[in-house]
Amino acid sequence: MTAEKINITQINESDEVKKRLFKRLMVFMGAIALLLITAILSLRFGSVSYSTGEIVDALKGIEGSNAKTIVMNIRLPRMLLAIMVGANLAISGALLQAVMRNPLADPGLTGVSTGASLAAVTIMLVFPALTVYVPLAAFVGGCLACLFVYSLAWKRGIDPIRIILAGVAVNALLGGGTSLLSVLYSDKIQGVLMWLNGSIAGKSWYHVRILMPYSIIGIIIGLLCINTSNVLQLGDDAAKNLGIKVSHARIFLSLTAAFLAGISVATVGLIGFIGLIIPHISRLLVGSDYKYMLPVSALLGATLLVVADTAARTVFSPVELPVGILMAVFGGPFFLYLLRRGGAYRV
Amino acid sequence: MIEASRLKIGYDNKIVVEDFDFEIKAGEIIALIGPNGSGKSTVLKVVSRLMKAMAGVVHLDGNDIHRLSTKEVAKKLSMLSQQQITPPDFTVRELVAYGRLPHRQWYETKSQEDEEIIEWAIGQTRLEKLADRYINNLSGGERQRAWIAMALAQRPKILLLDEPTTYLDICHQLEVMELVSRLNKELGITVVMVLHDLNQAVRYSHRLVVIKEGRFVAEGTPEAVLTKDMLRQVYNVEAEVTIDKNIGKPVFMPLGLAYGT
Repeated sequence: MTAEKINITQINESDEVKKRLFKRLMVFMGAIALLLITAILSLRFGSVSYSTGEIVDALKGIEGSNAKTIVMNIRLPRMLLAIMVGANLAISGALLQAVMRNPLADPGLTGVSTGASLAAVTIMLVFPALTVYVPLAAFVGGCLACLFVYSLAWKRGIDPIRIILAGVAVNALLGGGTSLLSVLYSDKIQGVLMWLNGSIAGKSWYHVRILMPYSIIGIIIGLLCINTSNVLQLGDDAAKNLGIKVSHARIFLSLTAAFLAGISVATVGLIGFIGLIIPHISRLLVGSDYKYMLPVSALLGATLLVVADTAARTVFSPVELPVGILMAVFGGPFFLYLLRRGGAYRV
Repeated sequence: MIEASRLKIGYDNKIVVEDFDFEIKAGEIIALIGPNGSGKSTVLKVVSRLMKAMAGVVHLDGNDIHRLSTKEVAKKLSMLSQQQITPPDFTVRELVAYGRLPHRQWYETKSQEDEEIIEWAIGQTRLEKLADRYINNLSGGERQRAWIAMALAQRPKILLLDEPTTYLDICHQLEVMELVSRLNKELGITVVMVLHDLNQAVRYSHRLVVIKEGRFVAEGTPEAVLTKDMLRQVYNVEAEVTIDKNIGKPVFMPLGLAYGT
């Protein structure tokens, strides 16, 4: 009984499956279009607004207006950062949800955010002379906290529940440290608050150049995790049966997720919400197959952060709000709407 | 094909199975039977390398199963746990496709051969009409068949099933058992099952292995194993064992508890 004996079977996928594929592709294209539109809008709006024509001229490098300076030096790097950070955090959250098989998993669970915060806040408050090293310290702090969580969770393999519990405990511990420092140095808290709520304001090409290579590497590795993420959704026993080393896979996916979150937090500070909510929104739109869900998550994460950052600098202009606050205001209701509407996938 | 010797298996400090030998020969159907908590499922997990034993070795075709690459093992055996999880929107065909995973490198995509084997597995389990339905919308029996189809797509020589009929009504139970029996006869797949229903175990398997409190009790043909004495000793049940005229195999009818109430 071998496959060769079978006539080449015509696979007649039902209309429903074709329709689903069509919908998935439409959502994917739609997400790309949405990102492009919001990206252009983010270049247009700010304390001064420009027409799309002026933006195109500025991007082409045509001199003659101050549009070029503002767009090229301020808004474009900011937009690129928002795209990278948004995509990183969304992928990170999606991978962790596969690792934990838990819809409440988000990048913060690995300890990355609180570890980075404590390190960054320590530098900003206790050693203000070293402020240039905040991104580096935040990244290292995030990594150490993540390692701490995973070494606590390790017991003949990695069990999702243990990671979640260890994550909660480590987060409480490190979060307490951050709070303590904030109280002790309450007179210098202003800059820290901006960082803790995540802000892309004042970031420049310098930050883009630092983040870009790591982001590209992280996103590529993340996309390579698609198959493994899918198999983990079938449960540990089924995954092991299919020849997956489940504990290895969990650690690899977690490290990738922590790396993506770590580089993002190090560059722009804490931005919550994207990593938790965007994978859900993607799931509601395209289902739980990571082949579609992960790329759509990346696109929507980027879009959401671009929108939120644009709003952060325009809504209460000239006051700039931390982008994290706006994101919750935008994304929360939209997420609730999708949740109520439902679909094949239900949370 | 598989030879396990002197297995000692436990979780943390609790030893569940001790000094257990187990041999699986090519082409047979074995039923592993015993009371609740006797360690049947645990033995199956160790034999299929899903779990490590504290002591003892499992040989697959003469090699230590934990030394072999887990992917290579996945091409030779497939194990279905008692309960499966599927994401809510995986179709039968998508699930079955995962069975081809051990045959691919991580960078490869589905080949024509993979597609053919997936359709073949769907055909073997008679799921053609349901291939594009979501697993979670199927009945328990259909779901079980979908998972068996996934296992078949691995093209295993050995199929290990942990209580494949629990939670199913009698019609779906028979459907699954007939399917397993046909796979054994027509494709020569060796089958090891943990079963609770002794009459089913007797009817569909060539050899029974009895385990109680983690220790080997008896093994042999259904006729030799299913006896009044065994039922009393292992299950604490007084029963009548007769040879059924229709199937020519022993069946038992429980009469009462052996220890009184």
